[in-house]
Amino acid sequence: MLKIDRRLIAHFDWPLLTVTLLLLALGLVTVLSASHAQDRLLSPFFWRQSAWMLIGLGFMILGTSFDYHALDRYAFVLYGASLSLLIAVALVGAFGGGARRWLDLGFVSLQPSELAKLSTVIVLSSVLARNSGEQTLAWTVAVVCFVLIGLPCALILEQPDLGTALIVAAVGGSVLIAAGLSLRWVFAGAAVLALVAPYLWTHLKPYQQRRIEMFLNPDLDPLRYGYHIIQSKIAIGSGMWAGKGYLNGTQNRLNFLPEQHTDFIFAVFAEEWGFAGASVLLALYLFLLLRCVVVISRAKDSFGVLLTFGLSTMIFSQVLINIGMACGLLPVVGVTLPFFSYGGSSLVVCLFSIGLLLNVSMRRFTF
Amino acid sequence: MWTLDQREAPSRLRRRIRAAAYLALLGFVGLLARLWYLQILHGEELRVLSENNRIRLHRVQATRGTIVDRYGRVLVDSRPSFDAVLVPEDAGDLDSTIETLATLLQVPSHELKSLVKNGQRPAFREVVVKRDLRFDEISAIETHQFDLPGVSLQITPRRSYPFGQVFAHVSGYVGEVSARELQSDPVYRMGDMVGKTGLERRWEKYLRGINGGQQVEVDSLGRRLRVLREVEEVPGHTLRLTIDRDLQLAADRALGEREGSVVALDPRNGEVLAMVNHPSFDPNVFARGVRKEEWRALLEDRTNPLMNRAIQGQYPPGSTFKFVVAVAALAEGVINPFTYVHCPGGMNFGNRFFRCWRKGGHGSVNVHEALVHSCDTFFYQVAQRLGVDTIAEYARWFGLGQPTGIELEHERSGVIPDSQWKLKRFGKPWFAGETLSVAIGQGYVTATPLQMANAVAMLATGARFRPHLVKEVESPDGVVVHREEPQQLTQLTVRPSVLKQVRDALRDVVERGTGKNARLPGVEVAGKTGTSQVVRLGKERPSASRLPRHHRDHAWFVAYAPASDPEIAVAAVVEHAEGGGGAVAAPLVRAVLSEYFALRDKREKQLHAENRSAVDRSL
Repeated sequence: MLKIDRRLIAHFDWPLLTVTLLLLALGLVTVLSASHAQDRLLSPFFWRQSAWMLIGLGFMILGTSFDYHALDRYAFVLYGASLSLLIAVALVGAFGGGARRWLDLGFVSLQPSELAKLSTVIVLSSVLARNSGEQTLAWTVAVVCFVLIGLPCALILEQPDLGTALIVAAVGGSVLIAAGLSLRWVFAGAAVLALVAPYLWTHLKPYQQRRIEMFLNPDLDPLRYGYHIIQSKIAIGSGMWAGKGYLNGTQNRLNFLPEQHTDFIFAVFAEEWGFAGASVLLALYLFLLLRCVVVISRAKDSFGVLLTFGLSTMIFSQVLINIGMACGLLPVVGVTLPFFSYGGSSLVVCLFSIGLLLNVSMRRFTF
Repeated sequence: MWTLDQREAPSRLRRRIRAAAYLALLGFVGLLARLWYLQILHGEELRVLSENNRIRLHRVQATRGTIVDRYGRVLVDSRPSFDAVLVPEDAGDLDSTIETLATLLQVPSHELKSLVKNGQRPAFREVVVKRDLRFDEISAIETHQFDLPGVSLQITPRRSYPFGQVFAHVSGYVGEVSARELQSDPVYRMGDMVGKTGLERRWEKYLRGINGGQQVEVDSLGRRLRVLREVEEVPGHTLRLTIDRDLQLAADRALGEREGSVVALDPRNGEVLAMVNHPSFDPNVFARGVRKEEWRALLEDRTNPLMNRAIQGQYPPGSTFKFVVAVAALAEGVINPFTYVHCPGGMNFGNRFFRCWRKGGHGSVNVHEALVHSCDTFFYQVAQRLGVDTIAEYARWFGLGQPTGIELEHERSGVIPDSQWKLKRFGKPWFAGETLSVAIGQGYVTATPLQMANAVAMLATGARFRPHLVKEVESPDGVVVHREEPQQLTQLTVRPSVLKQVRDALRDVVERGTGKNARLPGVEVAGKTGTSQVVRLGKERPSASRLPRHHRDHAWFVAYAPASDPEIAVAAVVEHAEGGGGAVAAPLVRAVLSEYFALRDKREKQLHAENRSAVDRSL
């Protein structure tokens, strides 16, 4: 079933794979630190994350194993399936932290919003690869794309999960702009957004409003989110040059960081490894970015280009938002750090995306 | 490597992707700059802040709302209390700090240790070591500050019940939040005081207010250096009750040390004017943290001081129940006002002799005289004609056998038996003889004092309201946010002549019958006595003083006044009394009524004087 000929192996992007594995290893080590207890070094979080990592690597291999043009053919099937899952969440999803985000499948709980990111990128690439050329994008196509982005966004906002909805919107919008959406449209869209913003504001959940208000003015909520941001900044800053050493981050160990193994995992890492470690981590992500750019630029057709561009945008918008959030540069919206944060669905989707990037990369010469 | 393969991808796509890559690169540069700013430029100071968790959150507990009576006089409020708190992480040598603290506060050190070693506590969360310190304890801690690293004083609002036992069952009490309450409501934190019973619990959401907090910077010993940011607490709402403080105090005095309960309400709207029980307890004990042995003593006390007898005490209503039966009999037409029954001191039914309370008998009586002198034989006869199911129907109409719906938890419903009930409860059919006991409020029949007060109020006005204790809720800035409207539950739709006949009889009960002791100068009172047996005794009923205490009868009196235009209804029960309802309970109700009318007149005079002076001024 795996038809991998020698030519494919010859064009395999080893550096991309290597840097991904390095990031994974660092992530696992950090999850261990973030979740270890005094009496027990290896927490259930660590073991579950290890298991997810193996599953994710399986999906990565799966992502390389077929000709990626199959995604083009089945784009709408995948998109429809992920929308159905989102609707299922709205109907029978499991509650957690005041939101309905998970589908409980018994042995594992699935977060369909993560799948929606992926399927939205695929369906947009498929539509736009057929309909874009040197001339400006036809407005009918643009409208179809807006709908394709809007549906999952609306469903995810309902959960409510502001962070993921923003990512889907940002990634979808980037692909659309890259594919040739007239810049006039972009500016017009921005203007419209500015106009409907007050209306949208009234439809945000109170806690989302509070987070945004609090971001703009942290003094508004110094006892909760404002406190989280301050503690995160203290954790990062107190790492100084060399960090406090592995497993020695006091902010993290004493549970002063909120959700330290998911949203604030970067603060844990930066506290223990200092500026030196954080720079290395940023360098690794930057290297990954460069490899992605290489893959995009070498992709042999429009679908491949748009697909890899969309996936890269998805990964790096999350990296920038998550770290920016931990540093107090961006609002706390609940976005995971790819390859690092604890959480199965996100990890699997990111690794599957890497698999697809490898896939496009190694099929650049096949016809 | 920045060039795109041009065979398929258009050049604009290539341009825009390159722009996106540069944008991402810019983002990375921005992050690196931010890390430099935090870790290198401000690393030193942030490192200091991270040691010992220098920036902490302190909760500022909101002051609980006050509870006032219908005229705004304070019944329950809060006062500041100095608590000693310890942050074990700051203590340095924890054991020696605990020893010093134990000697200063005269608390066994093992108790402190077990407080501190509570595994549930998050790191750096302070432990309250002792609440409500005395002045000498405060100064001892202040002077020994340097021997007590990690120990500090904290001022928190403490619930205070200035009237002690008198309002205990109405207000309820506050206590430390339980594990279950912590889980059910994220607002709570360990150590918070929450309403546990009574109105404190029922109106918790209004009373508790919103806790504030401070982000404080502390030094390496945990002493606070400065407040960085602060959210002010919002005090709780004020609860204005329907209770009249003076009437409640008068009822409490009237009941005295006897076990029992007194309830007074306004029959026109269901407002509870007084609700008093004895024995009671001091809710201040709970506000300061009840000790294990105190709690056990309260639970094991045979007289059950924690029970709110007014809504939880289920007593056989005895002869007070007769006005219900009289209404039923007249309304159903099984008797008319001129139906006479001869009472020779009891009657034979089946193979049993049912005694009337007066051994010599009442002679020939109609319903009026039977109520006035509380003749049992008359009602035995009536009972046979009505049947138990009809009696039960009317009793339920009067609100008996079901909770009144007052806003207090764990209200009991009492028992109004009928044939269905007995079949379900005991699996046995109803015996006709049992109906006779029911007609005089004995047998299976039980009712709470509040139910009886509400039933007699219904007789007085013809309508039954849901009794309630809260008039309105006021926000801290004086805005009324909630007002309890009178809620009429049902209406007596019997012929007006029926009501008039029974009401006239109850007036004569006080005027010249068994309830003479409730007579009040200047005000016409209507009422009904009751003496309910606790145990069935042999042929001869010895006098109360010769019986063991717990075999003695309960004394009841229910009344309303003024008889022609009722504004107050009262029910009183004295458990295992020295005498019957007329001797013991009627004077008690009289004292409450006389206080009510004295207070009313005083207030009217005051109002009058104020009006006159206002008129004088305006002239």
